[in-house]
Amino acid sequence: MAQPRSDIAPKGSPWWLRLVDSFWVQLLGPILKGLETFGHMLVLLSQATYWLFRRPFRWREHLAALDFIGVGSLSIIVLVGLFTGAAFSLQVTDTFRTFGMESYIGAMVTLALVRELAPVLTALMVTARAGSAMATELGSMRITEQIDALRTMAVSPVQYLVTPRILASVLMMPLLTMVFTFAGMLGAYFVAVILLEVDHGLFVAETEWMVDAYDIKIGLIKAAIFGLVLSSIGCQQGFFAEGGAKGVGRATTRAVVYSCVTILMLDYFVGDILLIIYESPT
Amino acid sequence: MSEIDPTLRDEQYQLRVRDLHKSFGSHHVLRGVDLDIERHKINIIIGGSGQGKSVLCKHLMGLLKPDRGAIYVDGEDIVPLDEVAMNRVRRKFGMLFQHAALFDSMTVEENVAFPLREHTRLSRKKIRELVTDKLELLGLRNAEQKMTSELSGGMAKRVGLARAIVLEPEILIYDEPTTGLDPIATKNVDNMIAETARRLGVTSIVISHDMASTFRIADHIFMLQGGRIVASGTPGEILRSDNPDLRLFVETSGAVKFTQGRARGGLG
Ligand SMILES: Nc1ncnc2c1ncn2[C@@H]1O[C@H](COP(=O)(O)OP(=O)(O)O)[C@@H](O)[C@H]1O
Ligand SMILES: [Mg+2]
Repeated sequence: MAQPRSDIAPKGSPWWLRLVDSFWVQLLGPILKGLETFGHMLVLLSQATYWLFRRPFRWREHLAALDFIGVGSLSIIVLVGLFTGAAFSLQVTDTFRTFGMESYIGAMVTLALVRELAPVLTALMVTARAGSAMATELGSMRITEQIDALRTMAVSPVQYLVTPRILASVLMMPLLTMVFTFAGMLGAYFVAVILLEVDHGLFVAETEWMVDAYDIKIGLIKAAIFGLVLSSIGCQQGFFAEGGAKGVGRATTRAVVYSCVTILMLDYFVGDILLIIYESPT
Repeated sequence: MSEIDPTLRDEQYQLRVRDLHKSFGSHHVLRGVDLDIERHKINIIIGGSGQGKSVLCKHLMGLLKPDRGAIYVDGEDIVPLDEVAMNRVRRKFGMLFQHAALFDSMTVEENVAFPLREHTRLSRKKIRELVTDKLELLGLRNAEQKMTSELSGGMAKRVGLARAIVLEPEILIYDEPTTGLDPIATKNVDNMIAETARRLGVTSIVISHDMASTFRIADHIFMLQGGRIVASGTPGEILRSDNPDLRLFVETSGAVKFTQGRARGGLG
């Protein structure tokens, strides 16, 4: 492990030298560690890509990953989507009514869902469910030497374990995001139109006018990027786990924390870049 | 050590290690290991915990890359090979891990069938037959559908062995096959190793710090200490050796009585 050793100040050095020394260790340690993790992730990602195009094609593993990440996340995504749409719609309706902007409620809710809420919240849910599972599964396979066992049987553990998980995440995240959006709109419609009696025509008309393919594209591109991020981090943490059962727990926690932070930060930057690239027509 | 050119395929020696070094950070574990493993023989590597026996094993199959040194398998240096080329060499090997390393997402049958599914084009039916055969051979009749978590330590090791031998490799590596087993299970595993070596004619490399086991089955014994092979010879030679490290290890391992008895018997 990259860990700067305390070499500058041997025992018995003046206090200020030891202070500088410990400062260097405290400061550089985490930075080096972070760079190392990022390096591991890039290496793993490039290997996963390389093995994607090499025989044998592991259909069974790909299907299992698609099933686990996609089908397995479906119900939770629908549930979270419904309630996110409902809660958001409740607040937006309340606020917009005050300003007499009732006709924009549908458009506002849908735009927010399509561009921001759906990709981000779907990514966070999939991280919690599948990203953490990747770290735990691969981590426990690492510490019980199952990954080494695969290699002794001349099977690439990257191809067998990592490639299917990353590919499935990249493919499934946009689909799940669409499901989230749809569920969110249902929830929003229910609260605004049925409970709070916003006019159905207004809700729908403005929505159709304001939201177009461009917005959907932004949301789906984000979703695919988030899928890449959360699966790469989850697999990296598990694949390089060390230190017994505790190490697996640590890997899982880190996978979730690193993924969530990265997703929320990337959301801003990717959003910004996409806005520049596609110069919003609205 | 023999002075023959290690790059030549040699009928007597299948595996040769030259000046192997490996460090983890500042911890210099292997410090110039030289090893010649004889074909079709049971070669046992002994040594205390943490001496680098498992690390050495993992180098033999290319699971770890050394900092320096060479490993010749049938005359081919495997150190410079990449993962894809290494996979070709690995098909000569089978390895039983210290803790079996069975795939816990699969049943016993799926574990043993795994190498066959990966590397042969046999039909499902044929694979099933082969797997059942191997399991029966190792006294695991009717365990096919068990999940690996339901197995005892000794059973898991036997399933691991079945998985390691199912493709009938030329070289089998066993990392501490008897550590943590009761005396009867130990004896069973010993018999199983000797059986396998005899029946399939494999080259066996056994890591052990169990002296009783070692003297029971070894053709050749190596002692790894301080990152080097410090002693090497047939069981008889090892017993007569006056290497102090070796004596200490043999005498404190609780196998003294046994080995003395055997030495007397062996020397007439
Ligand atoms: N992957 C690793 N990273 C760091 N240190 C390791 C690693 N594997 C083994 N070691 C260290 O190498 C030494 C030898 O380990 P090992 O080969 O497992 O010993 P043993 O002879 O008991 O099998 C130990 O001190 C261990 O801590
Ligand atoms: Mg060991």
